[in-house]
Amino acid sequence: MNILVCISRVPDTATKVVIGSDGNSIDSQGVKFIVNPYDELAIEEGLRLREKNGGVVTAVTIGTDKSTDVLRTALAMGVDKVILVKGEENPDSFYVAENLAAVAKDENPDLILLGRQSVDFDSLQIPSALGEILGMPSISVVSKLTIEDGKVTAERDIEGGCEIVEASLPCIISAQKGLNEPRYPKLPDIMKSRSKPIDQRDAAAAASRTSIIGMEIPLKQRAGKILTDSDDDINELVRMLHEDAKVI
Amino acid sequence: MSFNGVDYYNIDDLFSEDELIVRRSVRDFVENEVLPVIEKHFRDGTFPEGLNRKMGEQGLYGITTSPDYGGVGANHTVYGLAMLELERGDSGVRSFASVQNSLVMYPIEAYGNEQSKRKWLPKLATGEAIGCFGLTEPDYGSDPGGMITNARKIGGGYLLNGAKMWITNGSVADVSVVWAKLDGTVHGFLVEKGTKGFSAPEMRGKYSLRASVTSELILNDVEVPEENILSIAGLKGPLSCLTKARYGIAWGAIGAAMAVYDSALEYSKSRIQFGKPIASFQLVQEKLVWMLNEITKAQLIAYRLGRLMDEGKATPQQVSLAKRNNVSIALEASRYAREIHGANGIISEYPIMRHSANLESVKTYEGTHDIHTLILGNDITGIQAFK
Repeated sequence: MNILVCISRVPDTATKVVIGSDGNSIDSQGVKFIVNPYDELAIEEGLRLREKNGGVVTAVTIGTDKSTDVLRTALAMGVDKVILVKGEENPDSFYVAENLAAVAKDENPDLILLGRQSVDFDSLQIPSALGEILGMPSISVVSKLTIEDGKVTAERDIEGGCEIVEASLPCIISAQKGLNEPRYPKLPDIMKSRSKPIDQRDAAAAASRTSIIGMEIPLKQRAGKILTDSDDDINELVRMLHEDAKVI
Repeated sequence: MSFNGVDYYNIDDLFSEDELIVRRSVRDFVENEVLPVIEKHFRDGTFPEGLNRKMGEQGLYGITTSPDYGGVGANHTVYGLAMLELERGDSGVRSFASVQNSLVMYPIEAYGNEQSKRKWLPKLATGEAIGCFGLTEPDYGSDPGGMITNARKIGGGYLLNGAKMWITNGSVADVSVVWAKLDGTVHGFLVEKGTKGFSAPEMRGKYSLRASVTSELILNDVEVPEENILSIAGLKGPLSCLTKARYGIAWGAIGAAMAVYDSALEYSKSRIQFGKPIASFQLVQEKLVWMLNEITKAQLIAYRLGRLMDEGKATPQQVSLAKRNNVSIALEASRYAREIHGANGIISEYPIMRHSANLESVKTYEGTHDIHTLILGNDITGIQAFK
């Protein structure tokens, strides 16, 4: 089975994000970048399918010269080859989907795996956009995947339950938590992956259709306050509702 | 919130991509395999069952050992980063890996014959075999040259007699690297588990490194075959191993310091006294800044030492300075963190007291803080103060 896994490079979820001086981008100074956590699920699923059925797993990212680190992580986890498409610094979802589609046309995969969303901009558009561009079925937010004789059965988390969807290969799956537990690369594999080549390609002719005009940090969450049922605390609660929150 | 390390000076920019991938993978390993179980094992005084094989599988043994013998073949910086992350979990867990890497696999690779290397290194790399290092004796700690354990040449091999103490992993070891005097000169011997006359009872009653096995080694007319002697004579044999291990400890201690700093910083921001977070008080800020400052200095020392090790330029004295400084500041940081946590600093919900208790041992083992002071004093004055 020929599997293409699309990954993105996102700020570490533990990083404190600062908006750049231009007001519409993230200041990358001192920010640690990682493989998007949902994409790790996609890589892991690709590796497990290969371990079961044989085949080749290729990881691709649309990025810049800096993006080699996430591809090296994918190699260390065990993917067979990696592709870096060098493009816009801050692309929109359409641009990424167009470029992923271009790679998919070259690689001709049986299955395309992605994370359900990137945790940086959370657009959730790429799996569906990719399906549309390639004319392939696309199943989003999948927490269980079975592939037998070219038939795909996917379980999706939906509000209050689970939906079971079927499709045939080739198709696109976006990974949700619970799909698997991603492996962490082993030291010998990390060392071996250093010498593996990164296939670098220029971006296809596509342009972002949207542009970011501003970014804001959410208002600082107010710290919670725990009060007990003592008389003093009840008086304090009344005072807070009256004076601070001004609701009574 | 997940742990994101401490990097006030953008030191990460100095590491290569693969070094950073190693760090993240070991960090995730510790998050998943060590932190959920460590408090229980520390309380019970047991090493986490199964963790040895998991560390082996992860490639945490034989990090600088040649891949020809099952090792990872990575540089000293990778080894250091791995020790840092392991000790962020627990000094006892890091000690296990230090011993396996630097005190067992290193001497076997450096001084063992081909047969010993083929026999032991691949198994030690996977954790299928565990090793220990017997140098310290009940009456000879800082002064190992005075050791009583001795070897005598007999037909086909050597006869060992004596006793070792404070030996990490002694009771669980499949192979012990035992240092003994042969005709008055220190030599290393590989002693296999189950050899007649050899026993390794576990020492009990530790208030520190409780998740690590510490043992005595008792050698009573133990016969080892000719091929089990290591090809190095004199104290420089064991000291070369200790230099490697101390280097790893210099990194490891930063992990413990980061763990207590991270906990103290978070705690100080959420703990409200006098109507505001205690992080807003100057005395608390001073403690936090002291920790940040010392961690940053320790990181720079460790980073530079790692590169020197890889270039083959590091001196044992430079390793002494790093071990001495980094363990000392880690222990001090754990005490500040304990103060910031108030009473919460002494309970197992927070990692503070465990790290603090562990670091008391780390300050003493592998050359005490004071002995390293004298090694450095000797180096800069040319005058030896301990003899």
